[in-house]
Amino acid sequence: MPNLNTPHNRPITLALLAMGGEGGGVLADWAIDMAEHNGFFAQTTSVPGVAQRTGTTVYYLEFFPDDGAGKPGVHEPVLSTMATPGEVDIVVASELMEAGRAIFRGFVTSDVTTFITSTHRVYSMTERTASGDGRVDSEEILKSAKAAAKKFIAADFAKVAEESSSVISAALFGAIAGSGALPFTKEQFAAAIEHGGVGVKTSMAAFDKSYEIAKQIVTDLDKPVSAGVPITIGKRPVEPGEISAEQELAIIKDPASVVGSKLKAQAAQVKADFPEPARVMAINGVKRTADYQSVTYADLYLARLSKIREIEAKFGHGTAQLLNETARYCALWMTYEDTIRVADLKTRRSRFQRVSTEAKIGAEQIMEVSEYLHPMSEEIADTLPTPIGKWILRTKPVTKTIEKISENGIILNTASVSGYILLYFVARLKPIRPRSLRYNLEQERIENWLAKISEVAPKSYQLACEIAECANVIKGYGDTHRNGWRNFTAIMAEVDKVSDNSDAASRIKELRLAALADEDGTKLRNYLNA
Amino acid sequence: MAERSFATEVGKLRAGAGEEFFGEGILAVTKALLQSGVSYVGGYQGAPISHLMDVLGDAKEILDELGVHFENSASEATAAASLAASVYYPLRGAITFKSTVGTNVASDALANLASGGVTGGALIIVGEDYGEGSSIMQERSHAFAMKSQIWLLDPRPNLTAIVDSVDIGFRLSEASNSPVMLQLRLRSCHLHGRFIAKDNIKPEFTLRDAMENPLRDTNRIVLPPASFMHEQEKVTKRWPAAVKFIKDNKINEFFADGTQDFGIVMQGGLYNTVIRSLQLLGLSDIYGNSKIPLYILNVTYPIVDDEVVEFAKSKKGILLVEEGQPDYIEQNINAILRRAGVQTALHGKDLLPIAGEYTPASVTKGILEFVKKFGPELLDQNNLPAIVRPDGDKPNSIKSVAPTEQIHGRPPSFCTGCPERPIFTALKLAEKETGNHHISADIGCHLFSILPPFNIGATTMGYGLGAAGASALHDLDSDKRTISFMGDGGFWHNGLTSGIGNAVFNKSDGLVVVVDNAYSAATGGQDVLSSSASSEIRSTKHPIERAVRGIGVEWAKTVSNTFKVHEMKNIFIDALTTKEQGPKVIVAQSECTLNKTRRERPLAAKRIKEGKRVVRERFGVDPDTCTGDHSCIRLNGCPSLTITANPDPMRKDPVATVLNTCVGCGLCGEAAHAAVLCPSFYKTSIISNPSIWDRTKLRIRNSVIGFLQNGIERRLVGIDA
Repeated sequence: MPNLNTPHNRPITLALLAMGGEGGGVLADWAIDMAEHNGFFAQTTSVPGVAQRTGTTVYYLEFFPDDGAGKPGVHEPVLSTMATPGEVDIVVASELMEAGRAIFRGFVTSDVTTFITSTHRVYSMTERTASGDGRVDSEEILKSAKAAAKKFIAADFAKVAEESSSVISAALFGAIAGSGALPFTKEQFAAAIEHGGVGVKTSMAAFDKSYEIAKQIVTDLDKPVSAGVPITIGKRPVEPGEISAEQELAIIKDPASVVGSKLKAQAAQVKADFPEPARVMAINGVKRTADYQSVTYADLYLARLSKIREIEAKFGHGTAQLLNETARYCALWMTYEDTIRVADLKTRRSRFQRVSTEAKIGAEQIMEVSEYLHPMSEEIADTLPTPIGKWILRTKPVTKTIEKISENGIILNTASVSGYILLYFVARLKPIRPRSLRYNLEQERIENWLAKISEVAPKSYQLACEIAECANVIKGYGDTHRNGWRNFTAIMAEVDKVSDNSDAASRIKELRLAALADEDGTKLRNYLNA
Repeated sequence: MAERSFATEVGKLRAGAGEEFFGEGILAVTKALLQSGVSYVGGYQGAPISHLMDVLGDAKEILDELGVHFENSASEATAAASLAASVYYPLRGAITFKSTVGTNVASDALANLASGGVTGGALIIVGEDYGEGSSIMQERSHAFAMKSQIWLLDPRPNLTAIVDSVDIGFRLSEASNSPVMLQLRLRSCHLHGRFIAKDNIKPEFTLRDAMENPLRDTNRIVLPPASFMHEQEKVTKRWPAAVKFIKDNKINEFFADGTQDFGIVMQGGLYNTVIRSLQLLGLSDIYGNSKIPLYILNVTYPIVDDEVVEFAKSKKGILLVEEGQPDYIEQNINAILRRAGVQTALHGKDLLPIAGEYTPASVTKGILEFVKKFGPELLDQNNLPAIVRPDGDKPNSIKSVAPTEQIHGRPPSFCTGCPERPIFTALKLAEKETGNHHISADIGCHLFSILPPFNIGATTMGYGLGAAGASALHDLDSDKRTISFMGDGGFWHNGLTSGIGNAVFNKSDGLVVVVDNAYSAATGGQDVLSSSASSEIRSTKHPIERAVRGIGVEWAKTVSNTFKVHEMKNIFIDALTTKEQGPKVIVAQSECTLNKTRRERPLAAKRIKEGKRVVRERFGVDPDTCTGDHSCIRLNGCPSLTITANPDPMRKDPVATVLNTCVGCGLCGEAAHAAVLCPSFYKTSIISNPSIWDRTKLRIRNSVIGFLQNGIERRLVGIDA
């Protein structure tokens, strides 16, 4: 394109992919203001339409230097209102999936595009409504983005914005400045924010930080590769709930290092009896069951796993998949969420601290915490000793009274003395739990599930693994829990039917995923009837 | 408009002669109206022309100075009918709305107006909601222009051209006694650019002059025999007058004619896209100096036969770039050439897409094919732009590296804190008990119910037509009543008569839910009759329930807080099961959160600064009691209720979490209660500038709760390292 590539004949083009409410319009206004104050014709268009309500929206900007003779309507560049794939100099995505969308639309090309994206995720409805884990693979998007762009600048700009109490548009504007892809100085960028006049101080803070981040990334990118500078897109940080490889190794070597004095014997047992790949899970299970009920309960947990350990040793392939998954779900099942557990977790100091941090309670602020509880007579009966529980369930006036009280739910202020004490005493019912209706029911179910795993494993190790994982379909409370249990039972019935088939494991996996796909088990029923 | 100020934009309307005006396309049109001596403006809000209405709504002072009457019309039909003021009087009037939907509504009045003709300039500014970002069916306003003989302007997407076309439109209208339609594409309305302003003009002949010197002429009224005369007049007088005006004033433009023996004809609105395509192919510079003859149709109806023949006859072939379908202009030009015996080949939809938006990519491809036929020597085959090269042949070609499976659609949905969401949560819960119903949806934010997670609503037949859309499903013996939705905007637009009145008159037994959020929210938060805010220039606070009772509905209930999901659900069940006959109307009322926050957030910030006690609420989820089943999200869908990595090392599935953008609307808690979900939700009330009583309570709490928590911690010693 000889004509197009001469500086006098080609506008600088920028596409911004953002979601409604992220301040994409503000960013576009800043950019226009900056360009117009510095001798450029600038044009922006957008197609907000209904996208203003959380949907995706694209802002498209073009800049062209005024040749001095510029006069609106007489002598001015003809600028396009739409981006042309392959001709976009700067693509900015406010979020990682939007970055993927930019690539998908052909805006990002390796010969021209400086590609700036925030790496944080705003989960799509599809990802959020899945019963299990419906999240897409961020690494895949990052990989594609790096391959598609000429220069790829990626960082968590949402975090930068949050740390500066600003919005992502300010952070992204800083990243554009830092990328050096526009012919304007940092001061000229900053002046546009000043002109805007809204939230200048916080915007500038986010702008400055992102400017430095982007500048550093560009500097690193520009270093010749032969100098041995590895170009990395940055490893995903360790998320909450994850541990680093070093930490994992330390636990495997010495499980006792992560438990307190009461559990040293159990830790020793884990080290002695469990293969290395299963130790982290097992020690977590020990802690969880002990925390839930007692040290004795943790012993019961380990005892339940002994049979599975033998199976693993005999039929496993060294990954301890079966033992790991059974250890996981056995612990989760044994620590089922009853009223006592909920009260216990909600009254802890660590929980109060977490709520306070999350709400960003300042030194001069006070918080109240209202719990939304809805105890059903069943749940109350579940918690009480079996005879009393059964009596409640069959005594209509009692159940009626309970339903009446909790019909519209109960809102309890845990930060108040009375609210706290009420929950505190429910939590203190822990010692009577082993005599409760639900406890006995769940223990029986767990034993049956473990028995099924043991029974199937000699035939098919993989099928046994699937059965272990099926415990994940039972979760939630109330109806959700009941639906989960119904789905689980249906899948177990199918196990009996297909266990001799060679594709039994994949069939059960299919059913398990179907059970997690929707709420009422429609998909599972369709699969079962298929 | 109630909660947003357009003071900055209003200030720009005062720009005087020679001043450079910077701003959006639709704002430039607003300024152009005042520069043209407009006497009255009406319209109905909707993307992409809402801004015109909003800015004029705030510009009372300027409008008063200029003697301009501005009206928020009840509907597009009302707006179109208001142009009747220009039938006898030399008054320039303009109306605006979203098209084609608005033009559909307006077309009865427009046809009557166009039949009798006008004296003063009558301008219809249509925001052509077509292509990417559009929210309506994909059709062309062009058809309306043709059927009623309203002249159609389609200026180049450039602020100077757009502004000029307003004045041209008025003059063309007056010269030909016909209404003129100014078509602005979605992007042109939202286009930021600049033009040199002129002074605003105060019309010499005023509205009062007209009212005090009334005129009438039976020949201008649509009734036989005048109506037959109108038809003749259109083709014998008005059309030729229009053609003469267009030619004399050189409204259509010819660039670079004579440079080649082939050329391109285009709608004015596509000029920038065509120039970009030519630039990419090395056939134009950025200032539009083309190497190929161009004929720009700034008037797309009527087509001027002489100009077409003149442009075509010296050429072997011409390419017509006409967006959308049917290909009205192509058919027209074919007929013109045939009639004139011109043998020039006409290309158009054979090289360009038959339907869909004309993007630079699609136009570049079409022009490339055209030039390959007629002037291949002009092309540098080795330097074609990426978009027309096959994948992978050059480093800058577009490779398919997109991670397609990782990209989900992100359709719009209800805002954080939206009061409409709980209505659908409640309906979803109610339907669990009553079974599923046929649900007729309407136009407005509430239409987002058709998307996940609610998946509620089967059809939408147009603004305010939710109830009408369910009217045929009428069988009083059925156990299942139909449910229809309607917003307050649609209700006042026409739903009161087309839906509710129709249901009363025809003895329908269905349920109509009127979603009353106190604004015409989806179009930008404009006031409607039932808005709860006081307005200086409009009469508000007319309750919807009173209107429906007035029209004959017996079973009508107003829910004043839609967030009470349990209550809402029970009212649904009641309405769906009651033995009472006749239409049931539920008015589900809660203020649009977007507008509410706009008003209240700055106030709260101010109060905190002043040291006053302010309570902010937000919700949270306890990650250790959340089991990751996400049923709460499936009943809610709030953008602030999302998922996050599970902090529990044993659990794999992400947990639900509430972002700090939460406005504490309460739906999370209410839904958890009404659906008996889980105990993980809690509400945090954050008290800024706490009172002495707050502090005293805190001290007592800290000592009691602190003491008990010490006990808990002692019992947990020895488990964790």
